[in-house]
Amino acid sequence: MGKGLKSPWLLHYDGSSCNGCDIEVLACLTPVYDAERLGVMNTGDPLQADILVITGGVNAQNEATVKQLYEQMADPKVVVAIGVCACTGGVFKECYNIKGGVDTTIPVDVYVPGCAARPQAIIDGILKGIEIYNQRAEALERELEGGIA
Amino acid sequence: MAIIPFLIIFPLVIAIIMYCTRINKIRNAIAYLSAVVIMVSVGVLVCQWISKGMETITLYYNTELVDHIILAAEIVLMGVVTYLSFKYKKAWVSLLSICPTALIAYYEIFGPETREVVGHIYIDYLSILMCIIVGIIGSLIVVYAVGYMHGYHHSAHHSNVTDRRYYFFALLFLFLGAMFGFVLSENLLWIDFFWEMTSICSFLLIGYTREEEAVNNSFRALWMNLLGGCALAIAIVYYGYTYENVDLHVLVSMGTIQSKCAVICVALISFAALTKAAQLPFSTWLIGAMVAPTPSSALLHSATMVKAGIYVLLRLAPAMSGTLTGEMIAFVGGFTFLITSFMAIAQSDGKKVLAFSTISNLGLMVACAGVGTSETVWAAIFLMMFHAISKSLLFQDIGATENALGSRDVEDMHGLLYMLPKLAIFMFIGIAGMFLAPFGMLISKWAALKASVDVRNIVLVFFIIFGSATTSFYWTKWMGKIISHSHLNGNPVKDKTKKNEMISLTIHAILMIALCALFPLVSETFVNPLVNEMFGKSENVLSNQVLFTLIIIIVVVFAVPFLAYLSSKQQKQDLKLSYMNGVNTGDNRAFTDSLGNEKTLWLSNFYFHKIIGSRKLMIPSQIFTLAVIVVMMCRIIGGVFL
Amino acid sequence: MIRIILTICYILLAPLIGGLLDGLDRKISAKMQRRVGPPLLQPFYDVSKLLTKRETAVTKSQNFLLISYMVLMILTGAMFFSGTDILMCFFVMSTAATFLYFAGVVTSSPYASIGAQRELLSMMIYEPAVLFACVGFYLATGSFNVADIARSSDSAIMYLPGFFIAFVFILTIKMRKSPFDLATSHHPNQEIVKGITSDIGTKNLAIFTVTEWYENVFLMAVVSLFVVNKNPISIVVALVVVLLVYFLEILIDNASARVKWQTMLKTTWVVTLFTAGVNLIILMIIK
Repeated sequence: MGKGLKSPWLLHYDGSSCNGCDIEVLACLTPVYDAERLGVMNTGDPLQADILVITGGVNAQNEATVKQLYEQMADPKVVVAIGVCACTGGVFKECYNIKGGVDTTIPVDVYVPGCAARPQAIIDGILKGIEIYNQRAEALERELEGGIA
Repeated sequence: MAIIPFLIIFPLVIAIIMYCTRINKIRNAIAYLSAVVIMVSVGVLVCQWISKGMETITLYYNTELVDHIILAAEIVLMGVVTYLSFKYKKAWVSLLSICPTALIAYYEIFGPETREVVGHIYIDYLSILMCIIVGIIGSLIVVYAVGYMHGYHHSAHHSNVTDRRYYFFALLFLFLGAMFGFVLSENLLWIDFFWEMTSICSFLLIGYTREEEAVNNSFRALWMNLLGGCALAIAIVYYGYTYENVDLHVLVSMGTIQSKCAVICVALISFAALTKAAQLPFSTWLIGAMVAPTPSSALLHSATMVKAGIYVLLRLAPAMSGTLTGEMIAFVGGFTFLITSFMAIAQSDGKKVLAFSTISNLGLMVACAGVGTSETVWAAIFLMMFHAISKSLLFQDIGATENALGSRDVEDMHGLLYMLPKLAIFMFIGIAGMFLAPFGMLISKWAALKASVDVRNIVLVFFIIFGSATTSFYWTKWMGKIISHSHLNGNPVKDKTKKNEMISLTIHAILMIALCALFPLVSETFVNPLVNEMFGKSENVLSNQVLFTLIIIIVVVFAVPFLAYLSSKQQKQDLKLSYMNGVNTGDNRAFTDSLGNEKTLWLSNFYFHKIIGSRKLMIPSQIFTLAVIVVMMCRIIGGVFL
Repeated sequence: MIRIILTICYILLAPLIGGLLDGLDRKISAKMQRRVGPPLLQPFYDVSKLLTKRETAVTKSQNFLLISYMVLMILTGAMFFSGTDILMCFFVMSTAATFLYFAGVVTSSPYASIGAQRELLSMMIYEPAVLFACVGFYLATGSFNVADIARSSDSAIMYLPGFFIAFVFILTIKMRKSPFDLATSHHPNQEIVKGITSDIGTKNLAIFTVTEWYENVFLMAVVSLFVVNKNPISIVVALVVVLLVYFLEILIDNASARVKWQTMLKTTWVVTLFTAGVNLIILMIIK
């Protein structure tokens, strides 16, 4: 893995998912896939999280909540949309209450398709997210140094 | 040293003037002036005493005239009690006053001629310390009372209470005079008189509002204190007949060598002190005293009344060390310390928390005095100093907070720091001085724990260990309430604190901080000599190593938060909303509920009042302690005669 | 001289040791669950990541409260290793814990507040066993001073088996391990989110974590004090005992579910009374 983020802490949010993807996200933490060997921790707290893992589309009810959770996370931060619903709205796209994918509300960095997304794919998505996180961390470092100078 | 009769008589004269002056402004001016005079004269007394080499001074050997006056005054007090108990249809209470007075009068008139060994007045470290506490704290309370009582009688809450401020202030000064007399007297007959006087003053102060609850509570305070007075009178007369002498110090030295009669007298007097120090089973009077206006609660709790009990016990400490009496006192004190601190956890009314914590802290002091070694007496003295300042500060602060906030409930003080910043900071200082390391309680607990292990008092070790855990609990949760960001509106409330109240509070806070910071110095120059004088040996309770550690802790505890605060002020940080599952409405005070409405947050502390409330614990523990006292008294008296 | 070296070593090395212990904890826990687990240095990765994030806070007062918590905790350990009064050490520790409580309640966040309340409750619950341990040391060796206790001719544990059990019992509370991890937990996704640390993030969380390491090293040092005597071999034995105790805590952590505070209060106080209390009575009679 080399340099860069070695302890990606996740905030897992279930938008309007059918819970299929959620089960798969949790499966990543089980002994079979053991995401913790990559330093992954599933915190429940946006103030401590680095990566927002979000399943299911955004609906009218939870739009503000998703925004607030994203807002509460400290920079640098990354959003990973898990499953086709989170990516585009999926089969629920035309529903009266669904706004669409997560990117209608907050910027999404990594899209992990699938219905439901497989654990391998999810871990892969998180690793992709780590790369983006690293880039942002470097940018932040430069910014902070510039700020001091 | 003419300053001593002045200290005792001056407040009494002022009391009469207060009673006669019916114009508020003039009376207030006199009250301020006399408060200052009292403080100054205490200062003069201390200076004179220091200039004479800080040695024990005894004065006034022939005082026949004064003796007669005191006897006459005692009979007048008896008359007042009798009249009032008949008036309020509690005639039986008068018996508790008539019997001891008659006993004392009989002794004085027909009893044996007493041989004076020491003088009538005795000045040493302990009485000087008590004078300082009574003089400074007491006078500050008077200053505070002028502003407070004005607000009290102009608020809508108390419109049904007749404005009898002339009477209130007269009582305050009477009280101060009695306290000075009490701590300076050596003659037990004088002590008895001033003892009765404080009992009756507190009774009148508690009944000030004349409401039914106030009258009931005041009579409870009266009979409990008079019961102690009876024990005191019996002890004095018995002692006087046996030794033809009524000197306190002679009694103590006789008690130290286990002279038969003195053992019984010490037991009786220490029992009397238990009533005055509001220990179980007599704690209820101090809780009931809460109905009185705040200055009188402050006076009763911090500077005077209850300290009188502790003072007597400290005087008797050498005579109680290692005896059955000491065991009884240590047990009752330790038990009270533990049980009332449980009860304090269950209270949310700020004044009640203070009341229970007062009893609890007094319990620790009583236990320390009961163990009666130099270390525990050292601990008790420090506890007494910290407690006097801190409690006086807290009571006055609660009074002022209640005036502004309209409530004295701890739950309503959530975010007080942002609503009434000044009062909140004072409150914080008061509480911190009471229990945070390395001040007040903690260092005293340290000494008490060590000493009770040394004397192998297993029960007391248990009491202190569990009591100290519970004590921190209720103080910490209160402090937490004060500093939490408000879930209420969070806007500043109009601070209605009068200037004079503020002056008194500020001086208290400064005293508190000074005592915390100068604590090793005070120990070295004042308390160590005091203890050594009492026990006739010269040793340092605080070893140099501990002292050194303490100084480091003091520096760190003062400096770190301060420096950290300064540095973090300049830090650049993104402020985030507090986490409420993403439905925080934006100001950390409310969230969106499942129906989409805004719902205000309400945070509350743990109280467990159904498990450890005073209603549940008080009566069983009263019965238990009463049984302990009865059994122990039987053992003590039986042990002497058999 | 050796005291000064020890104190400096504590201040410098305790985070290292504490972090390694923490990493070991996570590794062993993973093995117990038949997982590979994170690398041994994972706790250090976590902290260094937290330090590089943009600083955030809910209120600014959190910062100074947490810094005070950390400094007082370091002072506690430093006092311990410089051989001073053990009772004083624990008093300073309780003051440090008070600052943590303040940091928890200051934001008025519902989760942090309830976590802080539980933390306060745990403080009340474990304090008797701690004070008993101090009294036990005093009775066994005649001194409250750590330096004297460590130089006594017999290991204190010979006289204090009951105190030792009580102290190890409350270690579970103090180290915030299941079943007594009411205030906050190392395991995420609990009923009160992250408990007392809910509103603490980025650098502040790093401070909190490092302070916990300091605290754990201090607590383990107290455990070793039960064994250490003037014989140098006892230090090796003490190390073994410390590792065993640490392993025991991990085992308990993985094998139990969180209890309610009522259960915690009852069991802890009963255990304290019946082990430390009875031991105390016996000790007072024989010594």
